[in-house]
Amino acid sequence: MARIVGIDLGTTNSLVAYMNEGQPCIVPDRNGRTMVPSVVALTDNGLIVGDSAKKYLTRNPERTVYSVKRFMGRGLSDVQSELAYFPYSLTETGGVIRIRLGQKSYSPPQISAMILKELKLRAEAYLSESITKAVITVPAYFNDSQRQATKDAGLIAGLEVLRIINEPTAASLAYGLQKNTQGTIAVYDFGGGTLDISILKLKDGIFEVLATNGDTHLGGDDVDRVLVDLFIAEIREREGIDISGYPDHMQAVRLEAERAKIRLSDELKTEIAIELPEDKGRFTRELTRDQLESLATSVIERTLTPCRMAIKDAGLTPKDIDEVVLVGGSTRMPLVRQRVEALFGKPPHCHLNPDEVVALGAAVQADILSGGTTDMLLLDVTPLSLGIETMGGVMSSLIRRNTTIPASAKEMFTTYVDGQTGVDIHILQGERELVKDNRSLARFRLKVPPLPAGVPRIEVTFLIDANGILNVTATDMRTAQSQSIEVKPSYGLSDTEVERMIEDSFKFAAEDIGARKLIEARLDAESLIKATDRSLAEAGHLVGPEEADAIRAALSQLSTVKDGTDPHAIRARMVELEQAAKHLNTVMLDDSLKKGLQGKKISEVS
Amino acid sequence: MAHAPCPFLLMDNNQPLSHSDPRRQLRMARSMCWHCQSEVTGEYFCERCVKVQPVSKDTDYFTCLGFPRRLALDPKQLEAKFYELSRTFHPDFYQTKSTNEQTISLSNAAVLNTAYRTLRDPIQRAEYLLALETGSVKDIRTSPPADLFEEILELQDTLEEYRASDRGSDQGHRLRATLQTEQEALERRKGEMESQLRRLFADWDKLQDTGEATSQARAERDRILKQMRALLSHRTYVNNIVNDLAATIA
Repeated sequence: MARIVGIDLGTTNSLVAYMNEGQPCIVPDRNGRTMVPSVVALTDNGLIVGDSAKKYLTRNPERTVYSVKRFMGRGLSDVQSELAYFPYSLTETGGVIRIRLGQKSYSPPQISAMILKELKLRAEAYLSESITKAVITVPAYFNDSQRQATKDAGLIAGLEVLRIINEPTAASLAYGLQKNTQGTIAVYDFGGGTLDISILKLKDGIFEVLATNGDTHLGGDDVDRVLVDLFIAEIREREGIDISGYPDHMQAVRLEAERAKIRLSDELKTEIAIELPEDKGRFTRELTRDQLESLATSVIERTLTPCRMAIKDAGLTPKDIDEVVLVGGSTRMPLVRQRVEALFGKPPHCHLNPDEVVALGAAVQADILSGGTTDMLLLDVTPLSLGIETMGGVMSSLIRRNTTIPASAKEMFTTYVDGQTGVDIHILQGERELVKDNRSLARFRLKVPPLPAGVPRIEVTFLIDANGILNVTATDMRTAQSQSIEVKPSYGLSDTEVERMIEDSFKFAAEDIGARKLIEARLDAESLIKATDRSLAEAGHLVGPEEADAIRAALSQLSTVKDGTDPHAIRARMVELEQAAKHLNTVMLDDSLKKGLQGKKISEVS
Repeated sequence: MAHAPCPFLLMDNNQPLSHSDPRRQLRMARSMCWHCQSEVTGEYFCERCVKVQPVSKDTDYFTCLGFPRRLALDPKQLEAKFYELSRTFHPDFYQTKSTNEQTISLSNAAVLNTAYRTLRDPIQRAEYLLALETGSVKDIRTSPPADLFEEILELQDTLEEYRASDRGSDQGHRLRATLQTEQEALERRKGEMESQLRRLFADWDKLQDTGEATSQARAERDRILKQMRALLSHRTYVNNIVNDLAATIA
C-alpha cells in the first residue's frame, strides 16, 4: 500500500509526519523547520503559502489569509463577533464563507487545500515519492460540517483523506507509543484557535475515549485579542490615534501581542514596541507576566468548564485521572499549566513537544490504517448529540454525545396525509432541547410512494463513521428497496462545488507550478549573475579582453531576460552565460590553487 | 442497529423481537458466505475464504458479545470481550480490504458499540432484557405508586414557587432548603428501588441457571419480569425528577 502521511492542519501552524521504522517523524523543510505557518498570501507572482506568506501579513494584510481554520464549516453569522479582527474581506454564498483575494473568492476548504498542498509537496520532496493519501487531524469538538469541510480541503489538494482523526486522541497515540502507559489520561489540547479535552482509558493497546468536550472558538488567538484591545485603547488614549483603522498596523499589533505572550512564558516582563501610522513614532510600554495573566484569566477560565463536563460525562472525578497530557502551543503559558494542575490536582505531563505531538499521532494512525501497526486501536466518540427535528421545533436525539463511533441509529418514517409523496427531514447536532439552539447539519426529502396516510414505512439509517462524519441511507420497508438520498448540507460545499474546486485546483496547479518555476529561475539567475560579476572582478585580467567582453554581453542579456516572465528563456541565457564564463572559472580555479600551493612541499599536498 | 424494526411501532424501532414472535425462528437458518457462497461455520469469518461476515440483523446484544442472558455481568469480562471484538471488526483494520468488507466491518462495529453500551449499564441492560423477553418497556407506562404521586404533586408546587421567588430572599432560601430535603429523600428512594432491583436481577439469574420449565418456574419468571418492569419504570420516573430538581437548585 502506498505511504499514508499524517497531517496536523492547525489554526496557526501545520505539520506533516510519516512513520519510519515504527517511529513517527516530522517532515522538515530544507532548513530543518518542521512547521508551516497556516498562512496564504496573494502576491504579484501568485499565491504563496507558509513562511514566505507570513511576511505579507503586515505588508499586504488585505490579501493575506491566516487562521482560516476558524471559518471551516461555518457561516458568516457564526463569526460575526470576530469579523473586525480580520483584515481580509469575508462574504457568504450558499451557507459557506468566501474569502476575497484580489479578483477571486475562495472558500475556507480551498485556502486550507493550499496549505495541504504545500505539506504534500514538502513530504514528496523529502521522501522522494508521490503522496496521495493522508490522515488529517481536526479538533475533537468539530461538528459534522467542520469535519466535512476538512475532508473537502483534502480532496481539493489532491489527497485521499483516509481518516479524519481528533487532535487530542492523535496526541494520545503518540504519547501512548512513547510511554506505554496504562490507565486513565486526560488530554488538554489548547491551540491557536480551538480547545479540546478528551478523557481516555488506555489498556493493552486499546485507546478508548470515554468523553470529549471543547470549544471550537477558543484558543491562543483569544489571548492575543485581549492584548490587542488593550494596546488599541492605550494608543488611542496616549497618542490620540485609532490604530484599528490601519489594517497593516493592526496586523503588526496582533503579531507583537502574540510574540509578547510567547516571550512572557519564559520571562517575567517584556518590552512592547509598535510603529504608529503616519510617522507618529512608536508606542512602547512594558508588559509583565502578571499583567498578561490578569488579562488572560477569563479566557483560561473558560477552558475549564469543558474539562469539568468531560470528566463528569466520563463518570469520573478529577482524582480518577492518572495523568494529564498537555497539547497545543497555548499550553506553554504558565497560567494554563497552573489552572490545569489545580483542576486535576496533579502536575500535568509536558515533556512532549506540544506543537508536534498531534502530527506524530496522525502518522501513527496512518500506520495503523496501512496495516503497519496492528497492536494499537483507537476507539473514539462523537462529540455532539445527533438528532432530527420533530413537531414543535424540538430536537429528538438519535445518537447521544460521547457514543463510541462507528455508531448508528434507525428511525421509521411514515406519512400523515393520503397520497403524500415526500417527508422532509432536518438533521441537527447539539445538546439543546430546541431546534433553533442546535446546529443545523443538513436537510433532505424522503421519497414516498403515494399511499394512504400511515401506510408507507421508510426506514432511515443514520450512521456516524469512524471519521465522525454522518452517512444517511433509507429503505422502503414494503419493497425492501433502498433509495439514494441527496443531503443538502446547511453549512458546506455541495458535491458539485467540491468537484469544480478540484478541477480548478488541477487547472491552477499548472499555473502555480509555472509561478514557482519562474521564481526559482529568477533566484538562480540572480546568484549566477552575482558569482560571475565577482569572478570577473577577481580574475578578469587572466583572460583576454575579447573573452571578458563576451562574458559581459552574456551577463547583460541574462539581466534583461531575468525580469521577464519566461522561466525557459532565463534558463537558456543562464546556460549561455555559464558557457561563456567556463574558461574564466577554470583559469580562476587554477590560479587560486597555484597560489595556495606556493611554499608547500609535495608531501604536504598529496 | 442490530434489529429488524417492528412494523407495529413507529419512532421506537430499536426493540428486538420478542420470544413469541414467529420471525424469530427464521434466523435459525444457516447463513451463507456473501463472498464464496459456502456455509459459514466460523463465528465471524468464513472459514473458506476468510472474509468477514455481517452480524445477523437479529442477533441480540447478549449473543453478540458472547454472554448468556443474565443480569449480573462482570464488567471486566464484558470490557475484555468488547476490546477483543473491536480488534476483530474495527474499520481501521479493513482499510486495505475490499469495499464490501469495509461496509460489513463498519456496520458490525456499529452494532458491537451499541451492544456494549447497552449491556455495560445495569439499568439499560435490564431494560433491554425485559424488551427481549416481553416486548418494549418504553411504551408501557405504569403509573407511579399512589403515595409517590402525591409527594411529587406537592413537590411540583414547591418547584413552581421556588422558580417564581427571589432566590436571595428568606422565602427563596426556605424553599431551597425544602427542595434539598426532598431531593435527598427521593435519592434515598431511588437507592431503595435499585437494591430491590438488584435482588430481582439475582432472582432472574438464579431461575435461568436452574433452567426448569415447570409451570411454577414459568409463574416465577412472569412475577420477576412484571416486578422488574414496574420498578424500572418507577425508578426512571424518580430519576427524572431528581435530575430536574438538581438542575433547578444548582
